[in-house]
Amino acid sequence: MRADVRFMQGNEAIVEGALYAGLHFYAGYPITPSTEITEILSERLPGTGGKFIQMEDEIASMCAIIGASLTGFKVMTATSGPGFSLMQEAIGYAVMTEVPSVVVNVQRGGPGTGLPTSVAQGDVMQARWGTHGDHSIIGLTASSVQDAFLMTVEAFNLAETFRTPVILLFDELVGHMREKVVIPQPGEIEVVERLRTSVPQGTNYHPYLVREDGRLPISDFGGVHRYNVTGLVHDMWGFPSSDPKVAYDLIHHLVDKLEHRADTIAHYKEYFTEDAEVLLISYGSSARSALHMVEDRRKRGVKVGLLELQSLWPFPGETVRKKCEGRSHVLVVEMNMGQIYQEVKKAVSKPEKVFLANRFDGVFISPADILRLLNVIQGKGV
Amino acid sequence: MAVKDYLRQRFFPQIWCPGCGHGIVMANMIRAIERLRLKKDEIVVVSGIGCSSRMPGYLDFHTLHTLHGRALAFATGAKMSHPKLTVIVPMGDGDALAIGGNHFIHAARRNMDLTAIIMNNSIYGMTGGQSSPMTPFGKKATTATSGTIDHAFDFVGLARGAGASFVARTTTYHAKEMIKIIAKAIKHKGFAVVEVMSQCPTYYGRKNKLGSAVDMMKRFKEGTALIGSKKKAKHPDLIERGIFVDEERPEYSTSYLELIERLGNSTTY
Repeated sequence: MRADVRFMQGNEAIVEGALYAGLHFYAGYPITPSTEITEILSERLPGTGGKFIQMEDEIASMCAIIGASLTGFKVMTATSGPGFSLMQEAIGYAVMTEVPSVVVNVQRGGPGTGLPTSVAQGDVMQARWGTHGDHSIIGLTASSVQDAFLMTVEAFNLAETFRTPVILLFDELVGHMREKVVIPQPGEIEVVERLRTSVPQGTNYHPYLVREDGRLPISDFGGVHRYNVTGLVHDMWGFPSSDPKVAYDLIHHLVDKLEHRADTIAHYKEYFTEDAEVLLISYGSSARSALHMVEDRRKRGVKVGLLELQSLWPFPGETVRKKCEGRSHVLVVEMNMGQIYQEVKKAVSKPEKVFLANRFDGVFISPADILRLLNVIQGKGV
Repeated sequence: MAVKDYLRQRFFPQIWCPGCGHGIVMANMIRAIERLRLKKDEIVVVSGIGCSSRMPGYLDFHTLHTLHGRALAFATGAKMSHPKLTVIVPMGDGDALAIGGNHFIHAARRNMDLTAIIMNNSIYGMTGGQSSPMTPFGKKATTATSGTIDHAFDFVGLARGAGASFVARTTTYHAKEMIKIIAKAIKHKGFAVVEVMSQCPTYYGRKNKLGSAVDMMKRFKEGTALIGSKKKAKHPDLIERGIFVDEERPEYSTSYLELIERLGNSTTY
């Protein structure tokens, strides 16, 4: 079979990945730089028998996909900065009610309205802690258009496996960049389907009774099991409860189901890491400049390597700690004031060896920007 | 079936105060569903936050208790992804028209087949009696101790102006009328809204010295009149009850299914 090779924008690849994974319902609201996702899906979804709706705002978009997911379908919404802020309450609702859902945030400069058309990675911590209360979440990212496709498929797989919202934290550069993409044939990469309950009709179904493996088989709205879903702390029936034991167990379950699996959920790529004395850690479009700089230095015999993180949340702390062991320096490259830098410092045994190369002025971080810092930490001056 | 056959009695007693009107609305909504012979498995009830929004938990349907003001947005997703479901949305006046005001007008504009039942008790009950967008001018609340200087929405005018294709009003005093109106609203193919004037003796009644629940219900009897009735003609200040709007207009999920067919495709539902 001939490979399906195309040339497309990151935002288009996100759409292709979502459709490959079985997206059926999409709700969205236009916002730069993610609008193309909403536009393209408005045309593609009815053509595949799927559902598209343009809602009145991002709050409504997030709520609508949760409602749709409960009827048994794979769902997604996409937004950028300010819209992502508006979605936070409903993202927390999806965490609490364990409704599979995928949220794309094509990051732009912030805070406030910020820099709508500029590249930034300032929403990393918001993806983790944007909604209130103790919780855990999955956050994935990508540095190329091909990986934007693959990580979108993976986002759906993880959302279904763990019954959680998954944040796809792309950035403006990856969203708008055009590159070659190979679309896999159907069945070529795994697509996870929803785990449904095997409890027969007429037998009590406990929608929030956690299985031994931490999973919760679901029953679709419209099916034979009628149950309650609430954003309040709830018992195994899905009915509100203020029993401290119920609250304790529920919060533990919500956090543990992801945090205890952080290093199995982890996705990352390694370049020249084996003998690297200086390890760069980067993600998203910044990783492109980091890789460029690494390849360039390698030609001159400098032992540098790159760990590209593709999953940011839950933070793969154990993986990062192991990869940083024995390096002379670790250099985190990102386009914010050090959001992943702080996580890396927490994870490693020698935090004083961790440095930050960053930009947060709307300008794409260049290999030269990173090299300047590398020279400083290696004592070569500016 | 009896009303109790539609209830999850495991979760009783319910949380409402003695004399609250919301139980009357719940029972009459059940009677309307019974009258329409709808199957329990085909009904989804979606609510937001507030006293009235606790209703779904007690009902033996597919029930979704969501975020403050957002019930219609969740309901829109459920209905559009699975249009064969009957989706009913019980709401409070603050929930529907303050924090949820934007979702309310857009749901009305789209004309998706949802039934919104707005229990209007003129106050925020769950948080202890603050003024709502339906608190009449001059009436007291914990955030308007000298009487509110805010003006209340004209509910019927708002719903009609936003494009709702079915708009009605009734009260907890008029139980039989309420059953008939809710049944018609559920049957209506399009966005249907029913305002049910409901009493909150605990906060609104006490703050405004309106007496007991029975006294408040008597006020609903005396203070309202059927649309076009002699009583209304004689006393123009009375609040009108009945069906204000009942029009046929393209329904959103039907239009969408037609779009899929036009493109030569089919869908799961």
